[in-house]
Order: sequence, then C-alpha cells, then structure tokens
Amino acid sequence: MSLIEQVTDKPWERKGVIGGLSPEGTFKTQAERVALIFFLIIASVVFSLFMVSYYIRMELPDWEPLSEPAQLWFNTGLLVTSSILFQWARNIVVRNGKSNLYTSFFGAGIFAILFIAAQLVSWSYLQAGGFYLSSNPANAFYYLLTGLHALHLVGGLWFWSKSAIRLVSGGEPKDIRLSIELCTIYWHFLLLVWIVVFAVLSNT
Amino acid sequence: MAYVPLADQDQEMEMHHPHTWVEKYVFSQDHKVIGVQYGGLAVFTGIIGLALSLLFRLQLGFPESVDFVDPNFYYQAVTMHGMIMVVYFLTALFLGGFGNYMIPLMLGARDMVFPFLNMMSVWTFLISVVILMASFFVSGGPTGAGWTLYPPQTTMAGTPGHDAGIILMLVSLAVFVVAFTMGGLNYVVTILQYRCRGMTLMRMPLTVWGVFVATVLGLFAFPALLVACIMMMFDTLLGTSFFMPAVIEAGSPLDYEGGSPILFQHLFWFFGHPEVYIVALPAFGLVSDVLSVHARKNIFGYRMMVWAIIAIGGLSFIVWAHHMYVSGMNPYFGFFFATTTLIIAVPTALKVYNWIFTLWEGDIRLNSPMYFAIGFIFTFIHGGLTGLFLGNVVIDLPLSDTYFVVAHFHLVMGVSPILVLFAAIYHWFPKISGRMFNEKLAKVHFWLTFLGAYSVFLPLHYLGFLGVPRRYYALGNTDFIPLSAQDLNSTVTVAALIVAASQILFFVNIIGSLKWGKKADPNPWGAASLEWQTPDTPPVHGNWGDRLPTVYRWAYDYSVPGAAEDYIPQTVPENEVLAASNDNFETNKNPSPAAI
Repeated sequence: MSLIEQVTDKPWERKGVIGGLSPEGTFKTQAERVALIFFLIIASVVFSLFMVSYYIRMELPDWEPLSEPAQLWFNTGLLVTSSILFQWARNIVVRNGKSNLYTSFFGAGIFAILFIAAQLVSWSYLQAGGFYLSSNPANAFYYLLTGLHALHLVGGLWFWSKSAIRLVSGGEPKDIRLSIELCTIYWHFLLLVWIVVFAVLSNT
Repeated sequence: MAYVPLADQDQEMEMHHPHTWVEKYVFSQDHKVIGVQYGGLAVFTGIIGLALSLLFRLQLGFPESVDFVDPNFYYQAVTMHGMIMVVYFLTALFLGGFGNYMIPLMLGARDMVFPFLNMMSVWTFLISVVILMASFFVSGGPTGAGWTLYPPQTTMAGTPGHDAGIILMLVSLAVFVVAFTMGGLNYVVTILQYRCRGMTLMRMPLTVWGVFVATVLGLFAFPALLVACIMMMFDTLLGTSFFMPAVIEAGSPLDYEGGSPILFQHLFWFFGHPEVYIVALPAFGLVSDVLSVHARKNIFGYRMMVWAIIAIGGLSFIVWAHHMYVSGMNPYFGFFFATTTLIIAVPTALKVYNWIFTLWEGDIRLNSPMYFAIGFIFTFIHGGLTGLFLGNVVIDLPLSDTYFVVAHFHLVMGVSPILVLFAAIYHWFPKISGRMFNEKLAKVHFWLTFLGAYSVFLPLHYLGFLGVPRRYYALGNTDFIPLSAQDLNSTVTVAALIVAASQILFFVNIIGSLKWGKKADPNPWGAASLEWQTPDTPPVHGNWGDRLPTVYRWAYDYSVPGAAEDYIPQTVPENEVLAASNDNFETNKNPSPAAI
C-alpha cells in the first residue's frame, strides 16, 4: 500500500486487523536503520544551513577568498580509503565471512583517524601562513566546516570503537553486523558531505 | 539480518527491568517515568518563567513604586521569560512530557524504541536547564537581548549579560537541541516502527499525529537554531564576523567588520516559526482527542485533520520571514511571505471548524478537561484572527513594535497551548496517577485562568492600537500615548497577578489528589483509544502485561448506532460488538448514551 493510499484510507470504514503482524506503514527494516536515516537527514540540514550561510555571507564586500591547501586532495584520498575499507568490512560480515575482517574493519577506522589528523595538519599550515580564524569570514567558514565534519567523524569513530572492542574481546562477526552496516552508510554519507564541502570551498 | 516484525519479537527479552529505586525513579528507562521527569522539569522552569513575567509586569503596571526592577533586570526578565516559556517549558512539556508518556501507550508498544537514548535525552535536558539557570548567578547576570538574541546588540556592552550571560544561553540552547534530537529520533522511529498489530497510520489518535509531525518539524528546524548558536558563539568568543557588522561601541570601533545581522534573523526565524507549530501541533492533537471523548462523538473529518497537520507542518517552513517585515529585507520577500502566511491560515481554520463540528450535536459532557478544551477554541480563534492582520506587511509595519503583537502571540501560542496542557493534564491525570482530581476545584481554576488570561491580553490589543511600544522599560512622558493607557497597564498587571495566583489551585488539586484523591476508574471518561485499555492503572513497566494489544478499529468509535455502550475501544473486534449489540437489542431498544 503506497503512502498516499495509506493516508487517504478511511479508518472508520475498515475494521478488523489490517496488515497482520506488521501494521501498514511500518518500514520492513530495523529500527536502528530508520533512526540512522533520520539522523542523516538532520545532519544534511545542518550542513546545508551552513552552506546557505556561506553563500549569503560570501556576497558581502569584506570576503577574501581563501586558497585551500593542496593537501586537501591527499586528505580526501584518506577518507575515500576509509570508506572503501568499511564497504569491504561490510561485505565480509554480510556474507558471514571472517577472513580479512580485522584488516578491513580496523583499517577503516585507522584511515578515518589519519584523515582527522591530516585535517588538523592543514589547519596548522593555514595558521602558519597567517590565515587565522578571525581574520576573514572565508577562513572562519573553512575552520568551521572542516571542524564540524571532523566532529561528525569523531562521533562515527565512537560507534566504531564500541564495535572494535566487542570484536577484540571475542565477539562474533554476526553480533556487530548491524553496527558495521550502519557505520558503512554513515561513512559514505560523511564522504559525500566532505566532497560537497571540498567542492564548495575550492570553487569559491 | 533478517527482518522480524516487531509484534513477533519476544520483546520481554529486550526490556530493561529496573531493580533498584534509583533505576526505577531516577535513571529510569521507562517512557512513563521519563515523560513525568520531562514534564516536571518543564513545569519547574515554567514557574520560573511565570515569576519573571510577574516581576516585569509589576514594573510596567506600577513604574514609580517598584524599586527592585531596574532597566537591566527588566530586559533580563523579559528575555528569560520568553526563552524559557517557548523552548524549555512548552516544547519540553508537549514533546518530552506528553510525547514520551503517550506515544507508546497510544500505539500499543511496551516502550520507546531506544529507552537508553530516551533516558539520555531527559538528563541532557536537565543539563541544559542547569546551564540556563546558572546564567542568573554569573557576573552580569543572564542575557537581556530579547528572546530573539539579535546581533549585534546581543554582544555589545550596553546589553545586560553581554559577556557570560549570552554564552551560557547559547550553550544551553545547543545542549537543548542535542537533547531534543535524541528524544525526537525516538518518537519518530517509535511511531513508524513500534505500532502494535492492526495500528495503521490512519488509526492513530490525533495526539500521536500531532506529536509525530511536530517532532519531524523539530528535527528539521532545531538545526537552524544550532547553526545560529554556533556561529554567534564564534563571533562572541573567537572574534569572527559571521553576524557582527563593523560597529562602534562607546565611541571606539570594535574588531568586527562586514557580518550580516539579517543572516542571523533568517536562521533564527527558520527555526523560530516552525517552533510555533512544534508547540501548536501537539496541542492540536491533544485537544482533538479531549474534545472527541467528552463530546461522545468521533472527531469531525479525521482525515482532514491529519492532512491539515501535515500541511501546516510543511507550510511552516516557508513563512518564517513574516517575523522580519521590519528588518529591512527585500520588500518582495515580504509579499511572498505574506502570501504563504495567509495560505497557512487555511488548514488551521479547517481544524478550528472541525473542532466546532465535533461539538455540534455531540452528547457533550462538561467535565473540567472539556472546559479547558472549549476555552482553547476561543483563545485560539482570537489569537489566530489577529495573526491574519499581522501577516500582512502594511498592517504589520505600524503594529510590529507595539503591544498588539504581544497580545497576538500570547493568545495564540501562550494561553492557547497552556489551556490545552491543563485540559490534557486533567484528562489523563486519572490514568497517569490512578486517582481522580477534584472536579469543582478544577472548574474554579478554569474560570480564573480563562477570564484572567483574557483580562490580561485583551487590553494589550488596545494598548497596541494606541501605539504603546513593547520592550520599553517605562513609558515616561510620551505625547501620543494618553495617560489612561497607564491605568490599563496597571489593570493588566493586577489581572496577571490573579491568574498567576490561581495556578496555586491547580498545584493544590494535582498534588492533593495524588495523596487523597479517590481511586480512579481505569477508563473514567469512556475513551476508546488504546492508552485507556491498559491492564493496570496507572500502567506498569511494559504497559501491557503478558500480551501486546491488537487493534481492530480507529480511535474514535463513539456513539456508534447499535453498540452496547457509547464507545467501542480499539481493542474490541467486530464480532464482539455485534454480540454486545444483540444483547442490548433484546433488553433495551434505545441504548442510552449515558449507560456507561
């Protein structure tokens, strides 16, 4: 039953148990996955609002475009690697496999940590070049957007570390399967956000 | 992982049963305890908000004789009153309080989908309240920038609380957004995924629909507040110029340049307008259920009511700049937002008509919840109509900075939701506490509150027409304002004091009834929705005993012809209704609606 059909249903006419064990309108998936999708929408709203503010603020006369360090291409590579490794780990647990799970799963987290570290290095380069947070709104937005993105990644790493601890302390791969699947979606989302942020920053 | 329908899962395995007193009442993961905690904390902050309003009302009513309210404190009190009432009282009470308590019960679930996250939500809310209250005790006191916190004046030396106060306010709001997001994810996913057998979307009571759409609005709108808070915090603490323009303070230029104060206003109101509906939609839902039960009639136009809730929710995101007609934005913007504002009045008016049609030819029981619900219809129509005037740019420009606006938004989003809150608290009190309240006292409370609120806010319309400016500490000698305006101002203050004092009756009634009230019937009003069908009153941990309920019908089968009683609970299958009505047919050909 489509969503339109559901909300045009005349509830006073239909009696009895409709839809059996899972009532109409329930998504046929785990609650955690639904929650994650809502969270991704909220995070998208946050980043979009920063982007809108960025474009509005850019119109004002004191804006001096910042030339982003070339190092960001390397950082992007780190995040892409992290995402690919997560996808690999996900494919392994979905198949109920175990070989290479440690490599891919821990590799994914380590590359994400490396990405955050590399972002911090890019900050220190900018600082050394005299591009301080308060000297121009373009700089401020650079620090704000990269910082916010890194913060989201730290949040993801918290869930990653919980699964990592379970895996190291003898947990079966199937116990952390859902966690790895959701982390993978989140990682891809953050990669997408980063690519958009990077594209906007380097084109303005 | 294979998907297992929820009704098939052995949910008892997942339940976190409390073992100690602390787990049961303090760090509880039970949605009912969390709902009461949320509600209690919200009411506590609401009382502080009310007390602040009395203090600045005393100054406005009797400017010569109130020494303890100086201009700085006046602005701080106004600011904190606004922010507390809108965010920490109404939002938290409707969604955190009623949302938490009602959603699982009305949907036939054992608890929220993520109980631990739910517990984190209420404790994070507590932290945000503590941070907010801490600003009363720092040097400079709380911020006095007005609840809209507009830059640049928010952070400039002339504004009280421009140093520590504003920082604490911003941090507290950011923490509140985090708390709300944790709770909101829970409500949305629970409503989508944790409904019991047979509970289709269109069988949900309107309360759940209101809470659902309001939560979605909150999840999308609160990020705007968060973004604005973060950027303002950067401006204040780190010297960036997101919002701060080049500005001179006490003769010397500040270190800012080029920022856009209007950008802040857009972000703030992109949150601020949906916020009105975050408060209003749960109120619409709750009042629909109260009206339907006490009128012994199904809610008129259930589907229209649902669609109106969804339409209002969608439209609420494209009306925000009607708060900004006087901000100096592009005039064409004003035209667009005036149009959308008038459009959003259509689904809202539709709801009002449907409430009135629900009452039409109903078998109305004038119980005290019904008093408050009908009172709400009055205040809401009144406040809504003045909104139509203010939505037009040409009328808004002269009225925007007068008491007319104060009267409008207090009637529509202050008094109206609070009347619904009283209706809802009285209506569900027997289920929540297992005791009946004192009906006579509740009615006295209603008349004092209803008439008192009108005598506070009706005169403010006239003051607005006279051009009395809002936000002013004292009027002084102003030629265009007649002296009699001050008499009206004093009257309003006296009325406000009476309304505030009459709330003592409410607390006496509620707290007294908890101890001495007579034991309540499990379903004293004869309501059909699921929360009244629990095996225990008040419901125990897990809500439903051994078996989850099964739902056979919608929540509004009242006064069905041929049925034995004038309501059919959602859990009653069709064949049992027929059997019951056959019995009835033999004994009594004209079933009396009163025979419950």
